[in-house]
Amino acid sequence: MTTIDTRADTAVGSDGSSALVSFFAGAASWVVTIDHKRIGRMYLGAGLLVLAAASVVGLVLGLERADESSALLDADALLQVFQVYRVALVFGAVIPLALGLSIAIAPLQLGARAIAFPRLALTGFYAWLGGFVLTMSALAANGGIGGGDADAVDLFLAGHGLMIVGLLASAGCVATSVLTTRAPGMTMRRVPLFAWSALVGALGMLLALPVLFGAIVYLFLDHRYAQLNFGGSEGIAAWIGWAFSVPAVAVFALPAIGFAAETIPVTFKARPAVRGVAFAGIALVGVTALAAVTQQFVHAVTFDTSGQEFLEGVVPMLIFTGLPLLGLLIVMALGALTAKNGLAGGRPRISAPFVFGFLGLGMIAVGLVGNLLQSITDLELLGTTFDEGATLYIVDGAALAVMGGVVFWAPKLWGRVLPDKRVLPLALLGVLGTILAALPLYIAGFLDQAGGLPANDADVASILSIGDVEGEAIWSILSLVGHGLVALTILAFVGLMFATFTGSGEPADDNPYGGHTIEWSTPSPAPTYNYEHVATVASPTPQLDLTHEGSQS
Amino acid sequence: MSTATGQLALPPAAPPAPRRQVFIGTALACVAGTMLIGGMLSIWVLLRERVVDSGGRFPVDYIIPEVASNVMLMTVWALCLFAQWAVYAGARGDRAHTALALAVSGLLAIAFINAQAFVYVDMGVEINETYYGVLFYAITGAMLALVIAGLVYSTVAAFRALGGRLGETGILSAHALYWYFIAIAYSAVWFVVYVTK
Repeated sequence: MTTIDTRADTAVGSDGSSALVSFFAGAASWVVTIDHKRIGRMYLGAGLLVLAAASVVGLVLGLERADESSALLDADALLQVFQVYRVALVFGAVIPLALGLSIAIAPLQLGARAIAFPRLALTGFYAWLGGFVLTMSALAANGGIGGGDADAVDLFLAGHGLMIVGLLASAGCVATSVLTTRAPGMTMRRVPLFAWSALVGALGMLLALPVLFGAIVYLFLDHRYAQLNFGGSEGIAAWIGWAFSVPAVAVFALPAIGFAAETIPVTFKARPAVRGVAFAGIALVGVTALAAVTQQFVHAVTFDTSGQEFLEGVVPMLIFTGLPLLGLLIVMALGALTAKNGLAGGRPRISAPFVFGFLGLGMIAVGLVGNLLQSITDLELLGTTFDEGATLYIVDGAALAVMGGVVFWAPKLWGRVLPDKRVLPLALLGVLGTILAALPLYIAGFLDQAGGLPANDADVASILSIGDVEGEAIWSILSLVGHGLVALTILAFVGLMFATFTGSGEPADDNPYGGHTIEWSTPSPAPTYNYEHVATVASPTPQLDLTHEGSQS
Repeated sequence: MSTATGQLALPPAAPPAPRRQVFIGTALACVAGTMLIGGMLSIWVLLRERVVDSGGRFPVDYIIPEVASNVMLMTVWALCLFAQWAVYAGARGDRAHTALALAVSGLLAIAFINAQAFVYVDMGVEINETYYGVLFYAITGAMLALVIAGLVYSTVAAFRALGGRLGETGILSAHALYWYFIAIAYSAVWFVVYVTK
């Protein structure tokens, strides 16, 4: 080895090299990168594209729902299209988006020069991507839940297994980073709220996804060799369906909640109020991991009884669905307290990332309220469109918050600032789309419209029957419009990112949003190993301390 | 600075891995593994309950080789002892004893795999004939995969510890932790799969 070796991450070509060589060198440096910011961006890019595609699929399914006689899709393919939508929404979008933001930003926030086990994190990305492609291929080949092609059903399960292994590998890297790579002086109490939420979210995934993997191992062997224990391909939904719905999706969305909590003190230029309690609030949302793996989301809560029977139903309901909602309410209440403290000192600086985060947090809260209501058996919401509405609120809310995160930390990742004037309308359009897409499903759920993850063609027919009921097809049409707006928002956001980051955006200074945490002390964009010299951290908001010291001197 | 000069400049050095990173990473892997085995055992117990409640036998007509399964249990706990010995010897810079402890750990892992293969052959469970076959091969196969991963871990730990990093006992501690997890997980599998009739 010579002393002038270059690394894949830093080599960019030379004066004499052709454009083609530079292109391939650049591409190769991305393919084998160990820079966590690049790995995170690959997750984010793939997640955004899949979310846009999922919204388009949701739009098409909405058309089918609104008009059952529609010949837009082949009737035999509808079962698979429903699954494409759910798998893409959860495993293709919300998990990679939240995980990608965690991988890209958490090490920066910790003052770390690299993520823990970077090659494992990159391998995790490829495993997830490969598993997702295999899953989609299986669905295209008549596989999936209730699929008619046995080999494609096996491929569907194997694809899920590969995705889970990849996501677990990447989540393990995030959790290990937060626990071991903090800057000197950064105790766990001084960890930024986003990094804390990344840790809780990663731990939630480490608790929930192995259980799903175990079920998939059983299902795969049973379906391939025996088909005696789990009801064949149609029985798959009963064993893994919980992973595509509330409450499990709330665990996957946790980093989005952390980002929203992070932007409030920055916007109102105040120190976050009682951070320890905010930590507890975020951790309480993580309880949904236990609710998911124990499948404690059906409770015999009957309000016309009293005594022990009522308590036996309501206590687990409050623990498994009430505590996560309480956690989110705590985060929101502390945000309000921080805002109140900040308003006493001056005017807030409302920026696009804050709007994205704030509205996303609100959508997630509505989804968690839906999760709580759904668990009350008296309301008879299980198996209706209500479940899809709650899932959609959380997934789209998390996606909005993650988009806010991308805008907020774009200076560190790309060295550019996304213009507020162009991004703000997208936040408003996105939240309008989310409400239009999900709220009608809540209403249709109360009207007993069938929904959920279909296991066979009869389930599909039942779900599509919403268009037959006079006066109730309006909810389907409204939801259709909402899906269209969400798809439009995401496509516009991706286009804006592309236009900004390929040259037209204005270069960013080191701390354009007045951030409080340590990542704003490094140049924009952050260099390969983040920090030339890692400073000792003496408070949870070192950059805010510097600003105050500067203004006092 | 010209581009050419920039290319020849030394890139920033990779940051050294913080202490205990491997240990914490292994601990998290053990948490995930615990959830995997716990979840699979829960499904096993649920399906077993259904069979027994409907008047069936579980397992059907297979005779479980108790000697082999008990030896496997003793093997994994003995493995913990040797893995801990490697930590002890490594901390004192005793290369010979570290190498011996890791070698014995690897041998015991191979012995476990051999015993599991014996159980498969001896029981002769057909995967596609009864409800028991799939469940049996799924849970024992998952356990076997975890032990094979442990064997790979022992090999990596031996290379790392004996290749000039003997003083860094982090990987040896993490290696021992992994085998403690395997011992606990197999104890649960042993009780639920091989003991409970």
